[in-house]
Amino acid sequence: MALLELRDIHKTYHLGGETIRALDGVSLDIDSGEFISIIGPSGSGKSTLMHILGCLDSPTSGTLRLDDTMIHDASSRQLASIRNKKIGFVFQFFNLLPKLTVRQNVELPMIYSGHSGKERRERAMTALRRVNMEDRSKHRPSQLSGGQQQRTAIARALVNDPRIIFADEPTGNLDSHTGELILEMFDQLHNEGRTVMLVTHDPEIAAVTPRRIEIRDGKIANEADPTLAGKAPRFEQITNSEAKPTT
Amino acid sequence: MILINTVTIGLREIASHWFRSLLTIIGVVLGIVSLVTMSAIVQGMENAMKERMVAYGGADKINIDQEDPPDYQEHKRDYSPGITVQDAYALKRNATLLKVVSPEMYVSRARASYQDKRAYVSSFMGVWEDVMELEAHVIKFGRFFHPVEDLQAKNVCVIGADIRDQLFGVTAPGGEPLNPVGKSININFRPFTIVGMYERMESEADRKKREYKLAMQNTRSGPKRESSFYSRGSRYWRKNNTIHIPLNTMWMKFRMASASTSSSSSRFSSQSSSSSEPTVYVPDPTLSDFDAKVVDLELMDKALAQIRNIMIQTHNGIEDFGFQTQESAITNINQRLANAKIIRGIIAALSLIVGGVGIMNIMLASINERIREIGTFKAMGATGLVVFLQIIMESLSLALLGGLAGIPASYGAVWVLTELLPNENTPIITSQALMIGIAFSACVGLLAGLFPAFKASRLDPIEALRYE
Ligand SMILES: Nc1ncnc2c1ncn2[C@@H]1O[C@H](COP(=O)(O)OP(=O)(O)OP(=O)(O)O)[C@@H](O)[C@H]1O
Ligand SMILES: [Mg+2]
Repeated sequence: MALLELRDIHKTYHLGGETIRALDGVSLDIDSGEFISIIGPSGSGKSTLMHILGCLDSPTSGTLRLDDTMIHDASSRQLASIRNKKIGFVFQFFNLLPKLTVRQNVELPMIYSGHSGKERRERAMTALRRVNMEDRSKHRPSQLSGGQQQRTAIARALVNDPRIIFADEPTGNLDSHTGELILEMFDQLHNEGRTVMLVTHDPEIAAVTPRRIEIRDGKIANEADPTLAGKAPRFEQITNSEAKPTT
Repeated sequence: MILINTVTIGLREIASHWFRSLLTIIGVVLGIVSLVTMSAIVQGMENAMKERMVAYGGADKINIDQEDPPDYQEHKRDYSPGITVQDAYALKRNATLLKVVSPEMYVSRARASYQDKRAYVSSFMGVWEDVMELEAHVIKFGRFFHPVEDLQAKNVCVIGADIRDQLFGVTAPGGEPLNPVGKSININFRPFTIVGMYERMESEADRKKREYKLAMQNTRSGPKRESSFYSRGSRYWRKNNTIHIPLNTMWMKFRMASASTSSSSSRFSSQSSSSSEPTVYVPDPTLSDFDAKVVDLELMDKALAQIRNIMIQTHNGIEDFGFQTQESAITNINQRLANAKIIRGIIAALSLIVGGVGIMNIMLASINERIREIGTFKAMGATGLVVFLQIIMESLSLALLGGLAGIPASYGAVWVLTELLPNENTPIITSQALMIGIAFSACVGLLAGLFPAFKASRLDPIEALRYE
């Protein structure tokens, strides 16, 4: 059974008489332990899809299952609990809390899951060690570089041992070298057996992942088969599909 | 657990904007100061008025007074005896609704002396034991005189504490309070034996002043100086300078005997009044003052009717007496207190509303600044309830900080007030007022936080995360 199962997901927005189909019938299966990238041009609906997958947003129609929970008709309380325990988020702008130290930031999800102070500290330090940030645990986010902030955010996403980690343009605010380091980190997480999903519009980044899903106008335009693709990224195919005129 | 941790996040938020928080808190501080200070002022007024009531003799006191007979009895005026000892005995025997019947007979300008010491006596009066309850006197040393001593018109007296101080000093050589019982003093050149002394009557403020002065005196070397501790205007001064003797002693020994064939005296020699009888010399039995107390305030009207029925008898059917009660004075005092309380309520409510609006304003600004943070909280698994509680706790903490800061500020304000306006209505801060103040600031914090917290808890996580 797939970890995540989407069936015919639609998300529409109404802006003054105009109807925007951010997602237009998306069906998708994600298995445990996969490393996936979602790629597509700006405004194609990548973030919208990731938010729905990550239980931050609910679809207008369609069904969504995570593990054995039907997400599309869960209450907001259940959704909060799922976000807390089963999902880790990494954002483009890091979204660290400026008044808390690095360690306190990493502890945040565990506060909502009700862990004791001692356990929180220990697990936060373990997660920080995992991203090589343990020597910065007492710093404030404003005292860190962008890469360090993103590593802190990754530690925070990891700390509750989620089933799946979502990252929306995690390298979008970083220089290419730091971006590569961050990508390596996701690759390591994948090698440890975690399920990781990246959102990006950069084909080079998407090339790193074994499975790539391309979104165009709210639809899955092309999915490269990881078994066929093997290890070698297929840039041409992606470039070709991106070159297609949007309709 | 979750709650405590979100509270610490909230407190950190307050601390990180400490100056802004301080400015916000000032509103609440002022609210609490005005609430507590106004309560203290009202409390001071209440205490002063209660003391005044005690000095009056309380709400259940009835003063029986001589009055002109009504028009239709004008012709019988000469048969009216006035208010006399006879009335006192009649009421004592028959008025079942009275718990106190206290006749008083004064002699003005009394002089008391002991060896070479003289004492100023504010009032020298013949009384019954009932006077103790009426005037709220308590025996400190010795006893009150016995009815037999009254019957036999013995020369015994009970004195106020200031009389002792003037004649014998405050303390015995050993340092303990001096007991004057058994000593013989002269009052208007007649020897009297002291059988008792009353406890000193004073207000709280006076007691502190006196003890302080006494301590100062004891540390000072040289001859001791005797001085009265409070001004003559003081409410309790008169009571502490009193000498009480049995009513009959006063009547028999200090009242001028007057030759009289008028009805007033004839009734004491014999019930049959006839002008042919020989002239009888009897001391004037008229009372200087006559007070009574009703058993129960509820029964006031019935008691007055009873007194009237009894006294009509002793006054040969002439209604030449009237009653005065403290009812009007009490309603007046209560009215003033009620007004003061309403004003206190309005001022406190207004300033707390101002403080609350300040907090709400800052909380709204604060959550607007933190929309993305709140989005992050939600993405990390915070439920709406947790966000709600976090914001409420922040606002509650702000208000409680204000409330706590308001306590020393209130003490300061009351101190300034007492320095500026020293009068008898010294404001008094009660622990009750402080607790109400804290409770009010907590309510203000909760109410002010309600709307911002609701707003924050309802934020859609996606919109919050997207917010620029
Ligand atoms: N709250 C909203 N109201 C109206 N339209 C919205 C809303 N959120 C998203 N959209 C629309 O949905 C479409 C998909 O947006 P989405 O953010 O998913 O794009 P994206 O693929 O993540 O783009 P980018 O690469 O620029 O981040 C866009 O056309 C956007 O305008
Ligand atoms: Mg996006």
